Amino acid sequence: MRHGKYPFVIGFLFAPVALYVTFVIWPYAQAFWISMTNWRGLSAPQWVGFDNYRRLLDDGAFWKAVQHHGVLLLALPLITVAIALFFAFLLNVGGKSSGGQRQGVWGAKFYRVVFFFPQVLAVAIIAVLFQMVYRPNESGLINGVLMEFGLEPVLFLVKPNLALWSIIAVLVWQAVGFYVVLFSAGMASIPGEIYEAAEMDGASRVTLFFRVTLPLLWDTLQVAWVYLGIAAFDAFAIVAVLSVDGGGPDGATTVLAMEIYRNAFVYSKYGYASAMGVALFFLTLTFAALTLRLTKRESVEY
Amino acid sequence: MNPQSTLPPTPAALPPKTGDPNAAGGRGSKDPRSEVRLFAGLGHVALAVWAVIVIVPIIWTFLAAFKNTSEIFSSPWTLPAELRWENFGRAWTKAHIGRYFLNSVIVVSCSTFLTMLLGSMAAYVLARYKFWGNRAVYFLFVSGLAFPVFLALVPLFFVVKNLGLLDTHTGVVLVYSAYSLPFTVFFLAAFFKTLPSSVAEAGMIDGCGHTRLFFQVMMPMAKPGLISVAIFNIIGQWAQYQLPLVLLSNAKDKWVLTQGIADISVNAGYEADWSGLFAALTIAILPMIIVYAVFQRQIQAGLTSGAVK
Repeated sequence: MRHGKYPFVIGFLFAPVALYVTFVIWPYAQAFWISMTNWRGLSAPQWVGFDNYRRLLDDGAFWKAVQHHGVLLLALPLITVAIALFFAFLLNVGGKSSGGQRQGVWGAKFYRVVFFFPQVLAVAIIAVLFQMVYRPNESGLINGVLMEFGLEPVLFLVKPNLALWSIIAVLVWQAVGFYVVLFSAGMASIPGEIYEAAEMDGASRVTLFFRVTLPLLWDTLQVAWVYLGIAAFDAFAIVAVLSVDGGGPDGATTVLAMEIYRNAFVYSKYGYASAMGVALFFLTLTFAALTLRLTKRESVEY
Repeated sequence: MNPQSTLPPTPAALPPKTGDPNAAGGRGSKDPRSEVRLFAGLGHVALAVWAVIVIVPIIWTFLAAFKNTSEIFSSPWTLPAELRWENFGRAWTKAHIGRYFLNSVIVVSCSTFLTMLLGSMAAYVLARYKFWGNRAVYFLFVSGLAFPVFLALVPLFFVVKNLGLLDTHTGVVLVYSAYSLPFTVFFLAAFFKTLPSSVAEAGMIDGCGHTRLFFQVMMPMAKPGLISVAIFNIIGQWAQYQLPLVLLSNAKDKWVLTQGIADISVNAGYEADWSGLFAALTIAILPMIIVYAVFQRQIQAGLTSGAVK
């Protein structure tokens, strides 16, 4: 394999590396620099040091966005993982056992296909769909039913303390199926004998779940947590399309991506927007490091 | 009283009957049969409820696409009085869904092709050749997995603008491909490593060059991995919203589907053309359902394969 190796290696790497450096690495590197300037696009950028970051500390919208990420980070993984784990357990080991082989409940295949479907829809399209579902009058799917029964319509996206949860509900709606399939794959690799042995010792379903399935699934859970955490930091499309005037009402649903977009492409505050981008970068990094650290555990060999 | 092995196949999956003598045994009884029944019964209810929650908004959208505005408001829950296909005609031509759809198809097919070509080339070389700087290049690619796209958004906008590619499909295709490379290289490098080297050596002995070896031997052998990553990329790029929003903002005729639908949803409010919006949504969702129904096994595997070893 020695013959003509280097020309070949360079030939194969040149185009991918060039494309990647131009559109990914170079912008990332620049972002850190722009965040230290007062660039607004018209005149040349001026170095202002940490001024943008100092302003961030006093920016109410920024802190609101950070706070929303906090809520998303707790609620989105917790709710999604809980529902998905429950369903995955039902679909894989919840049914009868025949010949020592644990099986899912009846219709498991159908449910796995249906639940997963929202995953292939674009988030922006789901956001428009739920705009319709949440509409505050009789034309909305939910309020149409409520008003049919003579109930007051619920102002899902308009009430400040309800809007963020309405958005979280949509994110959960979309995500559950993916994690059901993911956990199913993890559960499928747990040998049936372990369940059989536990059942012979008189373990109930609940015990089976908490003492057998959960510990053996730890690695997959950790992956799920990181994925959902990253999704919680990246909720742009849904907030931009679904929420009332982009992060509203009155900033009740805004996220950092929304604020970055607004500052950069509406107000042309490129330096300030980049500072927010850098803050988002460090928040994401801290989250990933923390998760991996906190969930570090001896993985069970089987 | 009932050994588990005699469990009949179907009743276990049914909800327990209220008068079931087994269930009446009280809290203390550990009769596995009633426990199974109760658990499976409750489970079935939960699963069915979630299935309804997933399906109903979509079906409701399809139905509303055939209604007119007054029907949407007065009877949101009934079937449409007649099939108003003209709603679809309006969405297709007046709201330009057809064009947005075509734009999405063009952009995603070009950028997925480019991503797969460049990504597999880089991954192959990085996985199977020893050379100076190999690790550095590999980590350069993989580090891209950790960065939020939003960090780069502002400078990216100017890079694309300075290259004269703003508001062009070429720009979007190049950017999509570049941002898809980290995962593609990461996944495919691991995949190429698992391929046996005996076949490669045999090819070399037969006088196969490096390039031919790649395209005629390694690529076909890596097909399962390539399909998984391609599905992952197609779905990810089809769903893109933020990048086209920034890169195509001033060229409405070049917009992709997600942008177009989001824009129509804003305008529908002004124009009170709700049925047009529902028709547009249906046009956007229906092909995905069909493609998903046909390829659901591969799609599920493709999207989750990155997360499990």
